[in-house]
Amino acid sequence: MSYPNTLSGKEAVLAGLPEHPAVKAILAWNPEALTDAKFDRRELTLTIACEEICSAAAVVRGAGYNFFEDMTAVDWFPQAPRFQLSYHILSHVFKEHIRLRVLLEESDPSIESLTRIWPSTNFYEREVFDLFGIQFEGHPNLRRIMMPDDWKGHPLRKEYPVEGYR
Amino acid sequence: MSNPAGMPVLEPAEGAKDQHMVINMGPQHPATHGVLRLVVEIDGEIIVRVYPEIGYLHTGIEKTCEAKFYQQVVPLTDRVNYLDPLSNNLCYCLAVEKLLGLEIPEKAQWIRVLLTELSRLNSHLIWLGTHAMDIGALTVFLYTFREREDILRLFEAIAGQRMMTSYFRIGGLSMEPPLGFLDRVQGFINTLPEKIDEYSNLLTGNPIFRNRLQGVGMLSAADAIALGVTGPPLRASGVDFDLRRDMPYSSYEKFQFNVPVLNGCDCWARYLVRLDEMRESIRIIQQALDGMPEGPVKANAPKIVLPDREKMKTQMEALIHHFKIVTEGFEVPAGEVYQGVEAGHGQTGYYVVSDGTAKPYRVHMRYPSFATLQALETMAKGRMLADLVAVIGSIDIVLGEIDR
Repeated sequence: MSYPNTLSGKEAVLAGLPEHPAVKAILAWNPEALTDAKFDRRELTLTIACEEICSAAAVVRGAGYNFFEDMTAVDWFPQAPRFQLSYHILSHVFKEHIRLRVLLEESDPSIESLTRIWPSTNFYEREVFDLFGIQFEGHPNLRRIMMPDDWKGHPLRKEYPVEGYR
Repeated sequence: MSNPAGMPVLEPAEGAKDQHMVINMGPQHPATHGVLRLVVEIDGEIIVRVYPEIGYLHTGIEKTCEAKFYQQVVPLTDRVNYLDPLSNNLCYCLAVEKLLGLEIPEKAQWIRVLLTELSRLNSHLIWLGTHAMDIGALTVFLYTFREREDILRLFEAIAGQRMMTSYFRIGGLSMEPPLGFLDRVQGFINTLPEKIDEYSNLLTGNPIFRNRLQGVGMLSAADAIALGVTGPPLRASGVDFDLRRDMPYSSYEKFQFNVPVLNGCDCWARYLVRLDEMRESIRIIQQALDGMPEGPVKANAPKIVLPDREKMKTQMEALIHHFKIVTEGFEVPAGEVYQGVEAGHGQTGYYVVSDGTAKPYRVHMRYPSFATLQALETMAKGRMLADLVAVIGSIDIVLGEIDR
């Protein structure tokens, strides 16, 4: 597959990469769930509406993106929406990654857990819960993983200082 | 790390309170390869549940990265997986170079391949020595550490540091390799194949070693994928995937090598896969030595790559660039990238987010041991407690990269 250089925006990606297996699968399932898209530095980012993430993950898994590789959060404080979740999914067949991106509001950030689709998300979601304070609904064991259970605060949030006292 | 009162697994399962016992293994257990704590529920000698408690080595390294300039993060990456430091350097540098759109000279790419393979050998030698020692074959440990010492001396010759090399920099290498370095590498890999045969002679035919590993720690291909297992344990479960071959980076596409894949799904298959990988690494190093291109080892990007020391003494511009890079760093265009490499333990990945300033907005490190640890319970369930030690050894975990 040969790719164009940079595409930003949902329309540009849909027009530029109509044959991309993940894009096709998402469009066939529910075009409304795809709120934004970007193709930059040879990496495809699909922004999914936050209530649809579990179904979207199941759809891309069905489209050949079979391996959950990584997930983490980014804190865009003080911008709104504040939190971004990035899921990196690898395909053993197409030999490429896609990134599913979800944006969450600052107050009471919460999203459905993907442990039902990929059990390997278990530790990753616990890590994001621990370090960013984002809730995962339906997670089998949502406890702090790095910090002690009685720790106050979420260290990877931007308002948490790098050194000194909290 | 957490308060034991909050631990759900400290109590045996409902209905089995009279039979089952919950015991603690680690964090100071020699066979856990660091500070891993396992809470194990056993029925007699049979493992019912394994619950890993991690975080004892958590240093908040991702938070630290956000407060450093891009080039200052390189030495931090060494410390995450200290057994395979150059793969970490490579992964981070490739990610930032992707953000910058930097082209790296061919010679730098080839030396990166050569050193990453040496680093992989280093990691596999430690794994082999400690894994065999856990199982009771003490001799091999002394042999593998002898060869590891040779690799560390090579690292010292090239970077001045034995373990925390930080030799790969954004835009290439920190400096030219010293004169005669490639001959020293050649001398080392000339002797290594027979050393690997020596380890194999000590272990492969050894009935005790074989019985401790064969049929132990079974992990099917479907489970391996579902639980996020990568690297040698994935290939020992019959999944033919290696980032070096399938999604090549740093000119790996120019090298011929096989990817060892076995269908055994047990600890024994993982042992054989890693042993074969060591032999393939030697092949890659040989090809890198034979075809080493000429040319510079740093990209032509004076605002990103530090100038040579000699130029700084004679050229005003070089001095200014040096001063600017060291005091202000360099700005990286806004964007996000994910770069994966095949490290010794599995797939390492760096997710770097830039907001257009000289400091990374977010650096996330995906390390293979963190995901592979989730498969521990599947592998150890239903086996004897003593097999847990063999399983931990066979997945080759490094706690530095789990806790970060």
